[in-house]
Amino acid sequence: MSISLLLLLVAAIGVVGYVAGNRRAQALAGGRLSSLHSRPGYYGSLVAIWALLPAVAVLLVWIVASPAYIGSSIRAGFPETVKAESQAAQNLNYNMIGAIARGLRLLTPEERATIGADAASARPLLAARGVPLAADPAPYMVQAAQNLDRMTTTSRMLVTGLVIAAALAGAVVAYRSVAPRLRARNRVEGVMLAGLVGASSIAILTTIGIVASMLTEAIHFFSMVPASEFFFGTVWDPRFAAAGTTDSSGQFGLIPLLAGTLYIGFVAMLVAVPVGLFSAVYMAEYASPHFRSVAKPLIEVLAGIPTIVYGFFALASVGPFLRDISGQLNGLATGNYASFIQAQSVLTAGFVMGIMLIPYVSSLSDDIITAVPRALRDGSLGLGATRSETVKRVVLPAALPGIVGALLMTASRAIGETMIVVLAAGVAARMQLNPFEPMTTVTVKIVNQLTGDLEFTSPQTLVAFALGITLFFITLCLNIYALYIVRKYREQYE
Amino acid sequence: MTEVTTSPATAAFKASARPERRDIGLRRRYAAERRFRLYGLAAIAFGLLFLFLLLSSVVSKGYTAFLQTKITIPVEFSEQVIDKDGERASDPKVLMTANYPVVARNALAKALGVDPSDRAAMREVGGMVSDSVRVQLRDIVVADPSIIGKTTDVAILAHGNVDSAYKGQIDLSVDEKNRKVSDRQVGWMNQLAEAGALAGHFNTGLFTNGASSRPEAAGLGVALVGSLYMMLIVLVLSLPIGVAASIYLEEFAPKNRFTDLIEVNINNLAAVPSIVYGLLGLAVFVNFAGFPRSAALVGGLVLTLMTLPTIIIATRAALKAVPPSIRAAALGLGASNMQTVFHHVLPLAMPGILTGTIIGLAHALGETAPLLLIGMVAFVADVPATPLDPATALPVQIYMWANEAERAFVERTSGAIIVLLLFLILMNVGAILLRRRFERRW
Repeated sequence: MSISLLLLLVAAIGVVGYVAGNRRAQALAGGRLSSLHSRPGYYGSLVAIWALLPAVAVLLVWIVASPAYIGSSIRAGFPETVKAESQAAQNLNYNMIGAIARGLRLLTPEERATIGADAASARPLLAARGVPLAADPAPYMVQAAQNLDRMTTTSRMLVTGLVIAAALAGAVVAYRSVAPRLRARNRVEGVMLAGLVGASSIAILTTIGIVASMLTEAIHFFSMVPASEFFFGTVWDPRFAAAGTTDSSGQFGLIPLLAGTLYIGFVAMLVAVPVGLFSAVYMAEYASPHFRSVAKPLIEVLAGIPTIVYGFFALASVGPFLRDISGQLNGLATGNYASFIQAQSVLTAGFVMGIMLIPYVSSLSDDIITAVPRALRDGSLGLGATRSETVKRVVLPAALPGIVGALLMTASRAIGETMIVVLAAGVAARMQLNPFEPMTTVTVKIVNQLTGDLEFTSPQTLVAFALGITLFFITLCLNIYALYIVRKYREQYE
Repeated sequence: MTEVTTSPATAAFKASARPERRDIGLRRRYAAERRFRLYGLAAIAFGLLFLFLLLSSVVSKGYTAFLQTKITIPVEFSEQVIDKDGERASDPKVLMTANYPVVARNALAKALGVDPSDRAAMREVGGMVSDSVRVQLRDIVVADPSIIGKTTDVAILAHGNVDSAYKGQIDLSVDEKNRKVSDRQVGWMNQLAEAGALAGHFNTGLFTNGASSRPEAAGLGVALVGSLYMMLIVLVLSLPIGVAASIYLEEFAPKNRFTDLIEVNINNLAAVPSIVYGLLGLAVFVNFAGFPRSAALVGGLVLTLMTLPTIIIATRAALKAVPPSIRAAALGLGASNMQTVFHHVLPLAMPGILTGTIIGLAHALGETAPLLLIGMVAFVADVPATPLDPATALPVQIYMWANEAERAFVERTSGAIIVLLLFLILMNVGAILLRRRFERRW
C-alpha cells in the first residue's frame, strides 16, 4: 500500500473518529449539553487526534528508520572484497542493487528465476522493462536485490498493519474514554499549543540548519584546504578539476572576492545613501501630504522589483550605455574612441545596486526622522533657524543612531545581493581599484561553484559553503549591530 | 527707577533695530534653504527617473515578444519527401524522422517563386523558417497521416532572425555581411508581408512552450508551471506555520529566554541573504534528505523557509492591531484562551495576515538566487507533471535567457520580465485592495 493511500486511510479513520466522538458526547449529554465539560466537537476532535497522532508518528519513524535498517543489513551481506572498497564504490553498488530490485518487481516469476540462476541475463531482461543498468551485475548483487525486494515488501506490509492498528487503537481508546467529566477541551488545546510551539521553533531549526549544514561542509572543505589559505589567500583560482581527478587543488583565496564585494557595496552605498537620505528628509520635512502619498509608494516600488530585473537592466541597458558614453567622452577628449568603462564593471553593478537600495535607505530613515519628537523641531524653528538648518543641526543629529542602524542593514543587503552582481559585475577575481573594470564577489562565486555538476567531495564544490558561512556571519554581525543600535536609540525619547 | 536705568539701553536697541544695518546672512541662509529643498526634490526625481527608465527599457525591449512572426503558406505534404519508399504502414518511425524542414522549404520556395535547382537560394529560403518547423509539421502528420500527399495552409514559425528583422530590430543599413539576414531574405520577407502571408500573430508559444535553444520556439511554459507549483507549496506550508508561530509568540509565549531567542532569530532570518537559503536547501534537502535536484518541491521548501519570517512579522503586526477589548470580552464570557484567539482574534486579524502573505509570496515569486543553487538552472523542455519533476521558475528562466547571446533572446527576456512584473503587480494590487476593503480602524 502506498504511503499516500495509507495516509488517506488514516485521515478517514480520523474523520470517522471525530463524528463518532461527537455523537457519543451528545448521546451522553442527552439533550442537556451543559452537563458536558466541553462542547461536543472537542470530544470528537480528541478522538480524531488520538487516531491521527500515534499513526503518523509510527509512519514517520518508519520512513526514517526503515531505509537505514534495510540498507545496513544489505550492506552487511556484501562479500568481503566489496566491503574493502571505498565508501563511494559501495554506494554505487548499493544503488545498482536498488535498481535491480525495482526491476525485479516488473518481471514475471519465471524471469525472476532465470535471473536468480544467471546474473548475466539480468541486464537485457531489465532493460526491456525500462530499467537500464550501467553494467552486468555480479551474482551477489542479484541475490542482494532479491533480499532487498523481500525486505522492502515485508517492511511495507508491517508498517501498513502497524499504522492502521495504531490509528484504530488510538481511536477506540479515546472513544471509550469519552465521558461527561472528561476535560476534552483542555486536552485538545494542549495538543494545539504543542503545535503552536512546534511551529515557532521552526525558526530556530532553520537557523540551526543553516549554521550546521554550512559548518559541516565548510569543515569538510577546511580539511582539504587550510583555513589560513582560504581566509588570507590573495589568489582565487579554483581550477575546476576534470572528473575523477579531485586531487588537483586550486587556490581558494577569499581576499579578492571580499574586496570585490566590499568595493561594489561601497559604490552602491555611494549612490543609495545621499539619494535615499535626501528623499527621506524631503518626504518627512517638506513634502505636502498629497505629494508624499504619491511619491513614497512609487519610490517603494523600486524595492518590490525582483533583483533579476535589475540585473538584466544593468546587463542590457546600463552597462552598454556606460561603455558607449565612455567611448564618446574618450573620443572627445583624446580623439581615441576606445571606451574606458567596460560593460561589466564595478561601476555598473554598484550603480544599479545603489538604485535598488534607495527605497531601503529612504523608508527606514523616513520612519526614524518622523519619530524625532516635534518639540525638538519647534524649539529650533522658534529660535529662528530655517528648516534646513533645523534638519541639519537638530533632527539629523537626533536621528543619527537610527540612521546609522538603517545604513548598516542596507549595507548587509548590498553584501548579500546576488543576481545584479552575477549578471553585471563579471567573473574575474581580481584585486584592483579601477571601478571601470570588472570584479567579482562572494555571492557570484557561490553561484559559479554550485551550478553545473556537483561532487560533494571536491574542494571546488565545498568552497561555496565556506564562502556561504563567511557571508552569513558578516551579514549576521552587521544586522545584530544594527538592531542593537536601533533598539538603544528607540529608548531615548520614551 | 527702572525707567531711568533702561533708557540708554533702549536707545542702543533702537539703533540696532534697523535691519538694513545689520547683516545676519538671511539671504545666504534662504538660498541654502532653497538649495537643500532642491536636493531633496532632485533625489526623489532621481529615484523616480530610474524607476521610469527601468520599466520603459524593459517594456520597449519586450513588448514585441508577445507577437510572433509566422508565415502562412500552402504546404504540400509531399509523399516524395516524407515517405519516399512507402514504408510508413510498416515502420512508424518513418513519420517521426522524415525531413520536414525540406517540406517547409519547398513550400516557401514555391510561394516565393524561387527556382528549386538554385541551391544557394534554396538554402537562404530554408533559413527563413524556424528549425522548430520539424516538430510542428511532424505533429500535424503524426496526428493525421492521411494528410500526406495533400496541401493545406499552415502558419509556420519564422526564423528568429526574420522575426527580429520584421520587427525592425535588425539594423538593415549595416553591410550585408555583418548582419544575420541577407538582402535577398529581406526582399522575400517584404514580398510575403505584402501578400499578407507573413504577419505577426499573438505569441501563445511564449506561454506554453518549454526551453529551446531557438528563440522563436522558446517559451515560459515550464517556468510558469514550476513557479505555480512553488507558490502553492509556499502558500500551503508557510501560511499555517507562520500563523501558528506568530499566534504562539504574540498570544501565549511567556516572556523568557527561549521566546527572546526565537524573536531575535526571526528578525535575523528576515535579513539573511537569500543565497544562503539556497545553500541550506542544497545541503539539507538535496544532499542530506535526498530530494531530486531541480525539483519544484525543493524550490518550494527553500522559498517557504525564506518567506516564513516575512509572514510571521506581518501576522504579528496584524494580531497586535486587534484591540485588547476584544480579548477581554471573549475571556469575560467564559471562552478559553485558545477559543478567544481562534474564534475572535484570528478572524479579525485575517485581512492583515493575508496581505502580509501575498506580499511574502510576491517576494518569493521574484527570488532567483537560491533556486540557482538547487539546480533549477536546467534545460527543461517538458512541462513538469508533478512537483518532483525537473522544472524551472520564472525568474530563473529570465536569468537563463539573459545569458543567451542571440538578439531575439533579449526580446524574450524582456517579455518574460513583463510577465513576471504583471504577476507581481496583480499580487500587490490584490493585497492593496484586500487591505482597503477589510481594513478596520479600532
